[in-house]
Amino acid sequence: MSDPAIATEALLREPWDGLKLPEEQALSYQRTGATFGIWIFIASEVLFFGALFLFYTAVRAEHAEAFAAAARETNIVYGTVNTALLLTSGLTAAAASRASEHAALIRLTRWCLVATALLGLAFLVVKGLEYREDIAEHLVPGPGFKLPEASAQLFFGFYWLSTAIHGIHLMIGIGLVARLIVIGWRHPERIPGNPQVEVTLLYWGFVDMVWLFLYPALYLAGRSG
Amino acid sequence: MSTRVAESPASLADPDELALGLPESYLSAGSTLGSWLTTTDHKRIAILYALSVTLFFFIGGVAATMVRLELFTPQADLVGADTYNKLFTLHGVIMVWFFLIPSIPTTFGNFLLPLMIGARDLAFPKLNLASWYLNVLGGLTTTAAVLAGGIDTGWTFYVPYSTTFSNTAVTVGVMGVFISGFSTIATGVNFIATTHLLRAPGMTWFRLPLFVWAMYTTSIIFVLATPVLALTLILVAAERTLGLPIFDPARGGDPILYQHLFWFYSHPAVYIMLLPGMGIVSEVITCFARRRIFGYEFMVYALVAIAVIGFFTWGHHMFTSGMSPYAALIFSFLSFVVAVPSAIKVFNWTATLYRGQVGFESPMLYVLGYIGLFTVGGLTGLFLASIPIDVHVQDTYFVVAHFHYIMVGATVSAYFAGLHFWWPKFTGRMYPETWAKFAAVLMFFGFNLTFFPQFIAGYLGMPRRYHVYPPEFQVWNVLSSSGAAVLAAAYLMPLGYLTWSLFFGARAVNDPWNASGLEWRTTSPPPRDNFFGRPAVLGKPYNYHPEGAEPVHDQPRMPSQGSLT
Repeated sequence: MSDPAIATEALLREPWDGLKLPEEQALSYQRTGATFGIWIFIASEVLFFGALFLFYTAVRAEHAEAFAAAARETNIVYGTVNTALLLTSGLTAAAASRASEHAALIRLTRWCLVATALLGLAFLVVKGLEYREDIAEHLVPGPGFKLPEASAQLFFGFYWLSTAIHGIHLMIGIGLVARLIVIGWRHPERIPGNPQVEVTLLYWGFVDMVWLFLYPALYLAGRSG
Repeated sequence: MSTRVAESPASLADPDELALGLPESYLSAGSTLGSWLTTTDHKRIAILYALSVTLFFFIGGVAATMVRLELFTPQADLVGADTYNKLFTLHGVIMVWFFLIPSIPTTFGNFLLPLMIGARDLAFPKLNLASWYLNVLGGLTTTAAVLAGGIDTGWTFYVPYSTTFSNTAVTVGVMGVFISGFSTIATGVNFIATTHLLRAPGMTWFRLPLFVWAMYTTSIIFVLATPVLALTLILVAAERTLGLPIFDPARGGDPILYQHLFWFYSHPAVYIMLLPGMGIVSEVITCFARRRIFGYEFMVYALVAIAVIGFFTWGHHMFTSGMSPYAALIFSFLSFVVAVPSAIKVFNWTATLYRGQVGFESPMLYVLGYIGLFTVGGLTGLFLASIPIDVHVQDTYFVVAHFHYIMVGATVSAYFAGLHFWWPKFTGRMYPETWAKFAAVLMFFGFNLTFFPQFIAGYLGMPRRYHVYPPEFQVWNVLSSSGAAVLAAAYLMPLGYLTWSLFFGARAVNDPWNASGLEWRTTSPPPRDNFFGRPAVLGKPYNYHPEGAEPVHDQPRMPSQGSLT
């Protein structure tokens, strides 16, 4: 970690600069703090989505058949393509996080960040196409809904809400990664060793992970067995 | 010379008179509005929170006053049914989410947590400032819902009434609470990271003052319970605005599921309101009894146990909503279990007093009141945890009285205890002690006069949330409303004399109570960086007498053992 090109002084923040430690050690401590903080926030987010999945579990247990019928109406092609896109973005995010530890790898870091943001955007584009098709097929709960069972609408209530909430999280993630790209473009020296890279990409990894639970719940539930 | 000192209450000393080279206090780091609104100093953010929390306390208080006025007579004479529903909803929503939840953590916690562990600031100062803005934005959004016609669902937002039937500004109100949730999560993350990473050398986990432990356990509930409420409120808002079927029974939805989700947050939220007060009590009672806390380790385990077990008792709010008798049995059992650590705390506080050199300064009066009110509130909680009694008194004033004893009797007493105890540290001024003692005693009597009759009325069958009631309950309601007037006076008095003290109060010395905590080992008010140099901690907290020393009596009160640093 003792890369001489890391701009320690520019990266140190309050109150970590006041610990009477050598700068390099203080920055490493600040990184520990930032990473610890985002893990606590992720724990909070797990409970947030946990409540959403509790809703899914409870309603699916009460209306198993209507849920299976409704889940068959989702478009598995779009869903699978999106899973592939987001998993690949997880790879580039992890690579960016590791590369950012070394000042020599700034170009790799930047390109991995760009790829991450673009894959996220691609996910949103595919999601938009899927939404358009869902609306055309009358899969929006309300009068004129495609399926006759009332409780099939519950599944699509969950579908729209969970994908929208996940989409908002992803947009926040794209915004945060874009911020790092701008910083890396204007002040390349501020990316290597910057705790914000790890923090942003941990959040990205969490949003990625949520999709791994949403995908089977939305696309595979009606198609298993 | 002396007039100049009085004119600038923020300065530590008149620089012309005595050039000590001391750093200036956090208050004089800037006096413009901009310097306050952009500050990242945890102490200044605490002051910002104190102002907003006080504002919301009086908004909620006005609504409560209207409710009590209406209930003076059995008929509807002041307001009609709709307005009454909106009043008690306003009172509940504002008091729970914009006073009780943030009050102690964001004011005392923000100010004192770094001082007590010997840190310079919280781990994420900008996040701390952002949390205040989110809190205010949430509060203003909810207040806007009131201006937009009010909310009539009660603070619990129960479905399907809130989603399908209510024609009031539920969505706006719910979004306000949602926004403020981010604020508490941010505070929780900040406190946890600070406690883990920024403790001074020698400040081990079992040397932390109990107030820090209380903030830490509260923060864990902040972080793990609040998101569930956030999601639940999104579900309500989505059903109302987008017409999604979520809790609507006509389309297969499950209203009971809402109650489970809501109470999964809102029961732990009771401990969010309670644990910080317990932290304050432990600090104050040791100082004014001149004793170490009795059973420090058990006090820590009790805080942790309450925070953990508190997550598994939510079902006791739903005994009459329909649940499996086995589930009810387990929730009832766990609700009894969570009373054990609470009882440990009461016993240990009492044991701390045993043969201590107890003084009756105003913070101590508030704390002694706290212990009495918390005991009554806690024991009536056991009544409600046992299913047969709960079914009998469900939705009556017995429940109202019970939770007011806990949240108002206990927590607000602790809030005022802390406010008086640390006021010299916050402001550098002393308040008039006689007035403070009078307010403390008045608050205790006013509170009991307001809420004890409600136990009786509720047990006799008076339901909550009605603006009219059978005439046989009038005597209890007249007592209660009269008590509310006394209580209102007792709450307004500190506003008066504390404000007075800001301008005319005597200068506070660094440690006016001879207290042992690290927060007293700096100037009153502290400088921006909290300490001169980096403090180190050599011993356990509450160093009021040599370890293991017998209590002494019939002697002058022992002074504090002095600095730990």
